[in-house]
Amino acid sequence: MALIDMHALWSGKQFDIQSLLTGKRFDLNALLKGSQPKIRGGVHPEPRKEATADRPIDTGFPLPPMLYLALWQHVGKPAEPVVKVGDKVLKGQLLAVSQGAVSAPIHAPTSGTVADIMDFPSAHPSALPTPTLLLEPDGEDRWVSLPEKIDPFSLSPEEISLRVGAAGIVGLGGAAFPSAVKLNLGRRTKIQTLLINGGECEPYLTCDDRLMRERARIIVDGILIMLHGLGAQKAIVGIEDNKLEAYATMRTAADEIGDGKVEIALVPSFYPMGWDKQLIGYLTGKEVPADGRATDVGVLMHNVGTAYAVQQAIRHGKPLISRIVTVSGGAVDFPRNIEAPIGAPLASLLAHCEYRPDDTARYVMGGPMMGDSLPHPNVPLVKGTCGILALTQAEVSATNAKSCIRCSRCVTACPVGLQPLEMVARIRAGQLEQSLKFGLKDCISCGSCSYVCPSEIPLVHYFKYANGELLTRDQANHKAEQTKKLAEEKLARIERQKQEAAAAAALRKAAAKKPKITEQAA
Amino acid sequence: MTILFAAISLAALGMGLGFLLGSASRYFKVEENPLIDEIEAMMPGSQCGQCAYPGCRPAAEALVSGEAPPTLCPPGGKALAERLANKLSIELDLSGMGDMVPQVAWIDESLCIGCARCIKLCPTDALVGAPKMIHAVVADACIACAKCVEVCPTECLKMHPVKVNLRLWRWPKPETALAGA
Repeated sequence: MALIDMHALWSGKQFDIQSLLTGKRFDLNALLKGSQPKIRGGVHPEPRKEATADRPIDTGFPLPPMLYLALWQHVGKPAEPVVKVGDKVLKGQLLAVSQGAVSAPIHAPTSGTVADIMDFPSAHPSALPTPTLLLEPDGEDRWVSLPEKIDPFSLSPEEISLRVGAAGIVGLGGAAFPSAVKLNLGRRTKIQTLLINGGECEPYLTCDDRLMRERARIIVDGILIMLHGLGAQKAIVGIEDNKLEAYATMRTAADEIGDGKVEIALVPSFYPMGWDKQLIGYLTGKEVPADGRATDVGVLMHNVGTAYAVQQAIRHGKPLISRIVTVSGGAVDFPRNIEAPIGAPLASLLAHCEYRPDDTARYVMGGPMMGDSLPHPNVPLVKGTCGILALTQAEVSATNAKSCIRCSRCVTACPVGLQPLEMVARIRAGQLEQSLKFGLKDCISCGSCSYVCPSEIPLVHYFKYANGELLTRDQANHKAEQTKKLAEEKLARIERQKQEAAAAAALRKAAAKKPKITEQAA
Repeated sequence: MTILFAAISLAALGMGLGFLLGSASRYFKVEENPLIDEIEAMMPGSQCGQCAYPGCRPAAEALVSGEAPPTLCPPGGKALAERLANKLSIELDLSGMGDMVPQVAWIDESLCIGCARCIKLCPTDALVGAPKMIHAVVADACIACAKCVEVCPTECLKMHPVKVNLRLWRWPKPETALAGA
C-alpha cells in the first residue's frame, strides 16, 4: 500500500521541508491513481497552530478557588447529584450519577467541600444558567482509594463498557456523547474497524496533537482496551499530515505495543477532515448513509483524547476529571495546552496564559470553525471543551452580509454535498419546510460554506436557526396533539359524569317512589 | 267527540309538519365545507377562546371564510400557523407572532385557598388539587388559555412567560440588514 512507503520516510524523524513536500506530492499521486476515495468539499483555513503546537502540555495549572461542575455537560440527560451541600469529597469521588440510558456521571476533580448546588452560567453560546455543583478545593488534592493495577484484558467486554460509563467518559473531541453508549452500540453491531480521530482539523487547536506527541503509548494502550471492549480486531488512527511528529511518535508506540492491531495512517490536512463520515470515507472507502451512523458501515469512531481517558479509567480506575485544553488566540500572550480540571472557569485558564481582556474581541469555545462564541469567559470548563480562544479584532472577520451572488462556492465547499445557497434563500424567505428538501437535516454545521462565502452571509447561523425553529415547531405540534387528547378526555369525562349523575338521580327517584308503593301495599 | 276531532286534527298537523321538516332537512340541507372539519381537527380543541371566537369550530369557520388569519390561535403557535397556511394555501405573515412569548400558568401558593374553581374550568386538566388543598399547575399540559386567571378569587393565578433554559434555547435568526435577498 502506498502509505507503507511513507512510513519509512517518516521513521527517520527528520521533518524538513523536503519530506513535507514529498508527503504532499505523494498524497496527490495516490489521489490521482484513485487508490484513495475522492474527498468532497472542504476548505483550507490557515492552521494557526504554531503558537501552541511546539509547547509541552502545562500540567502546573493551579487549582482555582472554586470549581463549577455543570450537571449537564454531555449529550443525554443531566446527571443527578448524590452529595449534599457541605459534604467533604475526595478527588475522583462520584458527585452526580447518570440518569437514563444516555447520560454520564460526574466526579470530583479534586478533594474539597461541596459549596453549593445552584444555577451558574453554562459553557454554551447563550451562557444561560444551568444547575451546577460548586466544589471548593481544600488544596490537598487527595485521591479516593484507587484500585490496584487492573489487567484490562482479563475483564469481559461488557465490563469494559460499564467501567467506561462509570468513569463519566464522553467524546472528548467536542461532541461529548457518552462513550460507553457508543462502545455498546459498536459491540452489538459487531463492528470490524475502530477508527481513532487524530485529525484535529480545526485551526488553533493542538490538544490532540500534543497528547499524541507526549502520551502516545497511553493512547495506543487505550485503543487496545477499546478494541477488547468492542471485540474488534483492527484500529486505524487517522492523523493529518501537518502533525508529522505526532504521527512518528504514534507509529513508534503502535509498533512497540500495538500488537499489530493498530495502524497509524496519514490523512491530508484540510477542513473538515475530522468529520467522522469524511474520515471514514477516506480511510475505509465506505460512505455512511445520510441518515445513518458510522456503525452502519461497520465502523466506530473515537477521539484520541477519549482513548487516553479510557486507558486511565480502565488501567488506573481514574474517572474523567481533567482534560487537555488549548488556550490560544491573538489576545493570549503565552498560548499553550493546559491539563486542567473539569469545572475550572475558562477565565482562569486564560488568565494563567496571560491574556489581554481589553484586546479580546471574541471568546470562542472550541475551534474557530465549529466552536461557539461565548458572551463572556466566566463559564466553566466542560468535558467537551477542546479549546478556549481569545481572538483579537484582527482575527475576527467583520460580518457584513451582502446579497447572494449565486457563485455556488458554498456548494463546492460543502463536505456533505448540499446546496447551502438554496437552503439559505428559503430560510430567509421563511420557508423552513422547503429548506428541508435541500437536506437541512444533513448539515453538520462545519462552517465551510460561511468561510468561503464572498458575500459574507452567515450561512451556518441560518441553518442553526432553522433547525432550532423547526425543532420548536415539532415540539409545539407534539404538545398540541397531547393537549388536544387531554381536552377531549376532559369533555368525555364531563359527559360521562353528567350521565352518571342523571342515572343516579333516576335511581334515587325510583328509590323514593318505592317506599310509597310498599306503604300503600301495606 | 269534539276532543277526538281536536286530537286527530292536531296529530295530523303534527305529522304533516314533521314530514315537511324531515324532508326539508334532507333536500334543503346546507352543504358545509368539509375543509372546516379538517381545520377543526387541526386546532387544539380546548375551546379556550383566546382567538376571540367562542370555540375551535367557529374559529375554523372564520379561517375557511378568510375572516381570520392563520395566526389566530395562540396555543398552536407558529407551528399551527404554518400548517394552517399550508392547508389553506394562503400567504403566511408570521411577523405578528415573532414576539409572542410562550406562557404558562403559575400559582402563588401563599394565596391559594383551594377553592377548586380553576380546576373545573381548565380545559386540559393542567390544574391539579382538591378542595381546601393548594393547587398546582402541570406546566407540560398548560396551554396558557388564562381561563383560570379570570376565575381565581384571590388572584393567586398568574400567567408567566416560560423560562428559557438550555433545552429551550434556540439560535436567533441572523440579523442582517439585507432583506429577502
